[in-house]
Amino acid sequence: MQRSTARREGSPFTGLGPVFMKEFSDHLSSARMMVLMLFVIAFGALTVAPSLTELRNVTEADPFLFLRIFTSASSRVPFSFTAALGFTIPLLAIGLGFDSVNGEFNRRTLSRVLSQPIYRDALLLGKFLGALATLAVALVALWLIVLGAGLLLLGIPPRGVEVARGVAFLAVAIAYGGVWLAASMLFSVIFRSTATSALCALGVWLFFLIVWPLIVPTIVVAFASPDVMSGRASIDETLALIQFQSFLDRLSPNTLFGEAVIGLLNPETRTLGPIIPSQMYGAIMGAPLPFGQSLLLIWPQITGLIAGTIVVFAAAYIIFQREEVRA
Amino acid sequence: MADNVIEARGLLKLYGTQRAVDAIDLDIRRGEIFGLLGPNGAGKTTTILMMLGLTEISGGSVEVLGFDPVRQPLEVKRRVGYLPDAVGFYDHLTARENLVYTARLLAIPRSQIGRRIMEAMESVQLADVVDKRVSTYSRGMRQRLGIAEIVMKKAEIAILDEPTSGLDPHATFELLEMIRGLKRMGVAVLLSSHLLDRVQSVCDRVALFNKGRIALMGTVVELANQVLGAGHPILVEASGIDIAAALRGIDGVQKVMPEGPQGSEGGAWRVVADRDVRAAAAQRIVSAGGALTRLADLQPSLEEVYTRYFQEARHAA
Repeated sequence: MQRSTARREGSPFTGLGPVFMKEFSDHLSSARMMVLMLFVIAFGALTVAPSLTELRNVTEADPFLFLRIFTSASSRVPFSFTAALGFTIPLLAIGLGFDSVNGEFNRRTLSRVLSQPIYRDALLLGKFLGALATLAVALVALWLIVLGAGLLLLGIPPRGVEVARGVAFLAVAIAYGGVWLAASMLFSVIFRSTATSALCALGVWLFFLIVWPLIVPTIVVAFASPDVMSGRASIDETLALIQFQSFLDRLSPNTLFGEAVIGLLNPETRTLGPIIPSQMYGAIMGAPLPFGQSLLLIWPQITGLIAGTIVVFAAAYIIFQREEVRA
Repeated sequence: MADNVIEARGLLKLYGTQRAVDAIDLDIRRGEIFGLLGPNGAGKTTTILMMLGLTEISGGSVEVLGFDPVRQPLEVKRRVGYLPDAVGFYDHLTARENLVYTARLLAIPRSQIGRRIMEAMESVQLADVVDKRVSTYSRGMRQRLGIAEIVMKKAEIAILDEPTSGLDPHATFELLEMIRGLKRMGVAVLLSSHLLDRVQSVCDRVALFNKGRIALMGTVVELANQVLGAGHPILVEASGIDIAAALRGIDGVQKVMPEGPQGSEGGAWRVVADRDVRAAAAQRIVSAGGALTRLADLQPSLEEVYTRYFQEARHAA
């Protein structure tokens, strides 16, 4: 291609604002968003209500009582609010993103929009940011509802540090949604059929939710030497193996989200990996870490989620640039 | 030349080893209606997409209003209106909301958006349904909405891809009237079509595409002369005498060809002469005792040019 070196002129972000505003308002007023929100609220209520009723009966002093709303699983419902979010957020994100590009193509609006003074960059980024903003609005609303319910039913206000941890948790949840949003948009760029892209996105989500946690131990066992299995190996060998397992686990965004949530909402968490007795020397068991230290602990998880979003989005971007717009 | 709005030189598009558009040269002049004609898959849409910078150019060059669509696509797209084949709008939005979105993308000042939308909708006679959802629009109305978008944009060039396909005769007529309206506003119109009689009625010049190349280019009459041969064709329907012989005797007649089935009572002939020989033919037949039932001037039709050209191209192949 003789012209491939030619530079194009004009900002790639021309028209980003209008695309973002349109996507945002479309999502907020769509019937699909209503359904997804009902789904999320139902799951939220299902997990928060029982744990709130149980927390009301807690008598011992707990400095982080408010955070327990998010993390405690009651005896009746076997998973916590954060666990529920762990699988409703991907569903929400996939629901918002799976037809973002091929939907325009099938409605034959893509070539008309791209014939306006706008680069494909702005269209894709505007769609991503519009859906992410919708997701953020939904999560903030949910978060406020839970906080409000907590205030009413527990009758105590959260302390500043609890609010800070809650806000950080919200940011992590949005970043987690971003990964799945980028993934579902990637499939919407690859496949012309919206049903296929939705199926693929859901397939990847189910893979990481169910299959990956089952596969990882198998892989680790396959790599392990017999010494480790029978417990005769050195501590270094065993540690290396455990680290290998965490590495594999952390390829899944679900794991990253789960670990980040534990670090933020359980201030007692000191490490997310293995710990050996010498490292515990001098530590006061059960003492909470300061907020900054907790943040430091889960920093790699947050970075991982954001990096994953960027990588997947970049892949969608490259494929979209090469795609033919003609019907 | 300053008066050309689009200039393509050796424009080339390869899909693998297949040459979808094979080194074409094309000039579109300011204020004319130019038709790209040809069978499906001849490279019309690909040529259009290259002019808009919506698909990569494999070779050659194209300039639109002095801009290079590869390096300056935004400048090109700001000035060129495009109505794609089977244009789509957001069905859940009203016509006004659809146009507002386009106006925002065009960065039209907010204070002007409302007025320009209404002006454009009035020019395509859709002003009364501007606040209806596009899902309630018929196909013809959607195409007109697409024209309204181009009017609102104040484009200098309008590129229309198969604008009349799938429309009923009445809607087609209305749409062609609007295309003429664009020309009156000084917009150069480039339209592609495989519906020839429609195109003939609006186009100043046409280019005939075949397998990625421009086979013929010029006005309809020029094309007819090139393909059908020079001359003035007329149609004679008569009976009673040896019509063919009588017609051949007229001064200036070059060819007499039977047209359709010939019965014992006469039939129809196609006569090609170097001038209009209708009066002479009528006099000759009547004075010889024949019965003249029809005498018509045959305008060269694009349909005929097209059919003949592709017949010959197939024979040659």
